[in-house]
Amino acid sequence: MIGLPASSGFPTLLHKEVLRFWKVSFQTVAAPVLTTLLYLLVFAHALAGHVQAFPGVSYVQFLVPGLAMMAMLQNAFANSSSSLIQSKITGNIVFILLPPISAGEIFAAYLLASMVRGLTVGVGVFAATLWLIALPPPNVLWLLAFAIVGCGMLGAMGIIAGIWSEKFDQLAAFQNFLVMPLTFLAGVFYSMHTLPPFWQAVSRLNPFFYAIDGFRYAFFGQSDVPPGESLAIATATFAALSWATLALLRRGYKLRR
Amino acid sequence: MSVAVEVRDVAKRYGAVHALAGVSLQVEKGEFFALLGQNGAGKTTLISALGGLVHADTGSLTVMGHDVARDYREARRAVGIVPQEIVFDPFFTVRETLEFQSGYFGLRKNGAWIDELLERLALAPKAHANMRALSGGMKRRVMVAQALVHRPPVIVLDEPTAGVDVELRQTLWTFVRGLNAAGHTIVLTTHYLEEAQQLCSRIAMMKDGKIVALDSTANLLASFSERVLRVKLASGGTLPAPLAAVASKDASGWWRIPIEDVAHVEQALARLRAAQVEVASLEVAEPELEEVFVKIMRSERAA
Repeated sequence: MIGLPASSGFPTLLHKEVLRFWKVSFQTVAAPVLTTLLYLLVFAHALAGHVQAFPGVSYVQFLVPGLAMMAMLQNAFANSSSSLIQSKITGNIVFILLPPISAGEIFAAYLLASMVRGLTVGVGVFAATLWLIALPPPNVLWLLAFAIVGCGMLGAMGIIAGIWSEKFDQLAAFQNFLVMPLTFLAGVFYSMHTLPPFWQAVSRLNPFFYAIDGFRYAFFGQSDVPPGESLAIATATFAALSWATLALLRRGYKLRR
Repeated sequence: MSVAVEVRDVAKRYGAVHALAGVSLQVEKGEFFALLGQNGAGKTTLISALGGLVHADTGSLTVMGHDVARDYREARRAVGIVPQEIVFDPFFTVRETLEFQSGYFGLRKNGAWIDELLERLALAPKAHANMRALSGGMKRRVMVAQALVHRPPVIVLDEPTAGVDVELRQTLWTFVRGLNAAGHTIVLTTHYLEEAQQLCSRIAMMKDGKIVALDSTANLLASFSERVLRVKLASGGTLPAPLAAVASKDASGWWRIPIEDVAHVEQALARLRAAQVEVASLEVAEPELEEVFVKIMRSERAA
């Protein structure tokens, strides 16, 4: 946002988007944190001792970063997509389309708000698990890099889904048939190396996998794919999604007819 | 430069439907302008094109000299649009709604004006109420405030009084008249033709995406509508032949006799007296925009 004019509507739109989820934070932050804790308890109980992902790392420890990242990705997606679909269906999207806000400013505001939501949920998950499971101190740079790129990737995808969907069930389809499978099959519950070669190859096509694998590297210094490679692929995906989102917004696709 | 809104050869198609089929019009600064037409005539599409919600296929639109596509930031700063449908964001209070709207225009310290708007639109007691808790009329007033939050020189109201009670309608028109008197250009669409007749100095009528009439309210009334003498005869009475030839009878039994001036009224009454017809009731009806509207729409249908 170089050369942002003083009269830009961007800061207000960002503020509104953050306040929108924060006003219902019980549902948008506390609920996903609780869901993640339940996953952790159930899977740790069922699988601890049966699965060894990395040497020297217990299964419960292995699970925490992956589950945290999964919650972050899903919530980053949920934020932009649900805000846009609600505004479109109730019609109040006109109040954002009538002011002099550019496509880039709209993109940046929705994207950043999604990232704030994703990161807040991530902080919530770690704050809640800290008392139960000891993790080695993370490498903060890798941790932040993957958290930011992962949330950005899904925030942008949420904008696309929100723009494209005309009804809630279309958005639900996007969420259930694309986002959920991609997050669940991104190596949250297992190390990719335990998979047969074919599924290893399939996993490598899933951009979410790199975000989770790299994020875990920040804690354990071990990963399925070198973190630099993961970061490059995740960043490239984020860039491609951002480019596509901006192109849709500039054209006014389904927003300005 | 005295033109507030300029629309030049604007066309917009949705599939086979020509929502706008080459519309051109100008609204002068300070005018109170009405855009009339039946549902689906293209009024809302035209307003949407003015606000950048719709991209015109061809042609150009400017607001205060700013092209709505090329110079969209300045054009959108110059216009405040009150959408037709009541829409609101249920997450926020009235004041938050207005502060956000102001911020979208880059006006982040606009509290004094927001307070004034709340006061003038009788919304101050509800400033901290959630939008959901408001009645339809109040939501409508918040939408008016939202459109005015950046003090636009041009204000567009798309059917602001649809489904609104009489009192609110009066309040709203007093408010909008005040804005017009203060120099704002007003563009209005409505289905209440008597409102347009009372308020607007110039009128455009649209049908099937085209402008079918565009003139001052006075000229439209003079050229398309006539004064009539409305007469109801006592039961059993018949209208004398010379009058019956030009008159028509409506469903409720009133005769409409076209008249040009007062002398004409005298003449008609003299004929009634001469024929010894007993008159039960009588009135002179002034020209009405509704009549003009119906005539123009009919003639367009025939053509």
